[in-house]
Amino acid sequence: MSEHIEKKSVYFSIFLALMVGTAVTVYVAFQDLGILNNLVMLGIAVTKATLVVMFFMHARHSSQLTKLTILASVVWLLILFTFILQDYLTRGMLPYPGK
Amino acid sequence: MSADTVGAVTHAGHGGPVGTDPDGHHDNPHLAHHFDSEEQQTEATQLGMWVFLATEIMFFGGVLTAYMIYRMKAPVPFAAASHHLDLTLGGLNTILLIVSSLTMAFAVRQAALKDRRGYLLNLIMTMILGTGFLVVKYFEYSEKFTHHLVPGPKFQWANLGQAHGAEQFFSLYFMMTGLHAIHMVIGLGLLTVILIQGRRTTFPARFKGRVETMGLYWHFVDIVWIFLFPLLYLIGRHYHGG
Repeated sequence: MSEHIEKKSVYFSIFLALMVGTAVTVYVAFQDLGILNNLVMLGIAVTKATLVVMFFMHARHSSQLTKLTILASVVWLLILFTFILQDYLTRGMLPYPGK
Repeated sequence: MSADTVGAVTHAGHGGPVGTDPDGHHDNPHLAHHFDSEEQQTEATQLGMWVFLATEIMFFGGVLTAYMIYRMKAPVPFAAASHHLDLTLGGLNTILLIVSSLTMAFAVRQAALKDRRGYLLNLIMTMILGTGFLVVKYFEYSEKFTHHLVPGPKFQWANLGQAHGAEQFFSLYFMMTGLHAIHMVIGLGLLTVILIQGRRTTFPARFKGRVETMGLYWHFVDIVWIFLFPLLYLIGRHYHGG
């Protein structure tokens, strides 16, 4: 972890990947892919974030407890999204007034 | 670091490199009283930052949820309003932040290698890039004021049918980028502290751990922008409505 010194080339590779990811995101935004536009852009953003967490933030050399904390925060975020969206996305599905 | 430094070694004299006296005290000036080893101390500091970042993820998660719901209610006005953001300036800021994350990673690396010059150089670069981001943001914000795109009584939108949704988009735009900018300002403040401390430190483990912890915060702010950029600047660019 703190004793592990990463090679400079690793950081430069990740940097390059982040820049390419940004370029692809902008390119995709100008193409009409329908619903895929959002999915591709968010997919790239998630990939970029994962690279930053794993390499720049050294998560891959962290302790099991730290890894669990990172994972748990993502799970909580998904719970937040899922539970709110399962309400908003299903409103109006039932034929009752007032929804 | 292995997990045993977190759980098993909680009492002095149970295997830590220091803290061998029976009272649980040690002579290491860089080690706080309640830790057994520098490694354990660094581990605890970083875990603390990650727990804080978990609350930050939920904090921004709430704003993102608001964004999702309002965008689902008004997808066309959102796309039209997104066109009024400056893609060049937004892209420039994305690049500034990614480069600043790279220099921050190098600052952490050089601090761990006890290379003071490299550490300070990379830290100063990070701070310059972060300040550059805020300067660009200032020009973006002031341009929105000039063009009456700030939500409120002076908000103007040509297509009246879309005005409400567009105003909601700009509300979210200012809320999301504003919260992000506040985090940038706090980050710059934290970096200033470790810049001043770095000039006289001999790079004990405690300081290296501090630099790495500040780095975690800086990278997190970068990650937030990685999501804000496509969500705010790039929606519906492919069709030229609005």
